Amino acid sequence: MMKSVKKHDRKRDERFAFAVIKALSLTTALVLLLIIGYITWNAIPALNWQFVAGTPGDPLNTGIWPMAVNTLLLVVLTLAIALPLGILAAVYLKEYVREGPFVSVVRSATENLAGMPSIIFGLFGLVFFGKMLGLGWSLANGTLTASIIILPTIMRTTEEALKSVPQSYREGSLALGATRWQTVKKVVLVSAFPGIMSGLMLAIGRVVGETAALMFTLGSSDRVATSLMDSGRTLAMHLYMLAHEGLSVEGAFATAFVLVVVVLAVNVTAEMLANRALGRGGRQIGR
Amino acid sequence: MAGETGSRSMVRAEGLNLYYDKLHALKDVDMEVPKNSVLSLIGPSGCGKSTFLRTINRMNDLIPGVRVQGKVEVDGSDIYDPSCDVIDLRRKVGMVFQKPNPFPMSVYDNVAYGPRVHGIKDRAELDSIVEKSLKDAALWDEIKDRLKKPALGISGGQQQRLCIARTLAVEPDVILMDEPTSALDPISTGKIEELIDELKKRYTIIIVTHNMQQAGRISDRTAFFLLGQVIEEGPTYDIFHRPADKRTEDYITGRFG
Repeated sequence: MMKSVKKHDRKRDERFAFAVIKALSLTTALVLLLIIGYITWNAIPALNWQFVAGTPGDPLNTGIWPMAVNTLLLVVLTLAIALPLGILAAVYLKEYVREGPFVSVVRSATENLAGMPSIIFGLFGLVFFGKMLGLGWSLANGTLTASIIILPTIMRTTEEALKSVPQSYREGSLALGATRWQTVKKVVLVSAFPGIMSGLMLAIGRVVGETAALMFTLGSSDRVATSLMDSGRTLAMHLYMLAHEGLSVEGAFATAFVLVVVVLAVNVTAEMLANRALGRGGRQIGR
Repeated sequence: MAGETGSRSMVRAEGLNLYYDKLHALKDVDMEVPKNSVLSLIGPSGCGKSTFLRTINRMNDLIPGVRVQGKVEVDGSDIYDPSCDVIDLRRKVGMVFQKPNPFPMSVYDNVAYGPRVHGIKDRAELDSIVEKSLKDAALWDEIKDRLKKPALGISGGQQQRLCIARTLAVEPDVILMDEPTSALDPISTGKIEELIDELKKRYTIIIVTHNMQQAGRISDRTAFFLLGQVIEEGPTYDIFHRPADKRTEDYITGRFG
């Protein structure tokens, strides 16, 4: 008797737990949809070709073209610095040196760096790159500061991705007489590629979404930066300024819309690249 | 230098001791492996047979805290001498692992990997090395239409023969095999055993196995390891039919292990 009652309870609990979990995961998706929907709805009035391709100097004072270009410039330049640095640092830590005091010092430094609020880096960039090195408010300063911000993210995710590469790949390669560097280049990094890609996506997200640290370093000029010493403004900063200074709420929403589209496009591209790399390998690795 | 006389030792260990930090994993191991023969290493888990195998291509170098004393010679040269180039050594001493470990790339690229890292770029030359290696590994007929397919998509038995082909492609003198059939079904195992029989005509093979019948079927000589020591080494027939040591007899008759 007792037994059957218990059994009934267990089944009911199971159904209940399942329903709760399902509802919660649906909520996550709904929140995202709600935000995107809300932004889109509010952006529609201001969204037109002139808005995307125009400049703030236009009569309506709403174009975001320079900000879009500056955002792209900042992302590309930042990645050009932080990606090789972060990946090679992770390769060094994981593939070349043995666990020891040196590695743990570097690793905990990286972790602390990753947890630091970005405004701190902004302040550092303002004083160090801006004043001491004389870069002022410029693309160069913004790029260096943003590179420091995303470096730990790239290092950590790359290291995790390298950890997920089976040791048997390394052994197989070394046993054939390959050097460590050949092993890293031809086998390890290829297998770790999807993981590195997801780190890259996170990093791009951080650069695209950064505002405070960039105001200190990149400045806020609303023209396209044509040299490294030019000041600029990214989409996220533009959005902040439009909303904060009450210039144009529709403009802010329309900028937000473009920003979301850009981030989604980046994610989809990264995903596709990762899948193509996997397709060559033939199996899901490291994910 | 190699192969002046048919019966000289290809691999020779003398007073070999190995420590993992404080653990004394190999104790005064002496071993002679004649050229073009198959030596089986048997013994219970943790007895040091895989460790011994991995001293011969210095794969133990990868493990932190390993110390090696004594002498190991491959083809007459001391491989723990500071002047020994590990890259060259591993080219001469190939290794097949317990679990098939093809790289996540195509069948062709797997076999061409070794020649490529050693600097061969010419397409025609690579093509012929790949074909020859796959033929020598008895895989060509099954796989020749799927050279561009991912190596991880072929069966486990085929993957292991692919790993053998990959090893053959760099033309080693010695092939080390660490329980190469323990993850395979009986039919694939049979194929690999036939292959070993064929390969010993040209290569010196040292194989770790937990399968007594396998050791009996494929090897010329057998060495029995226990707690890091070689208890007995000799012609396979003798080890299995008239072991000199009681512990060898107990092990091969299944009384422990």
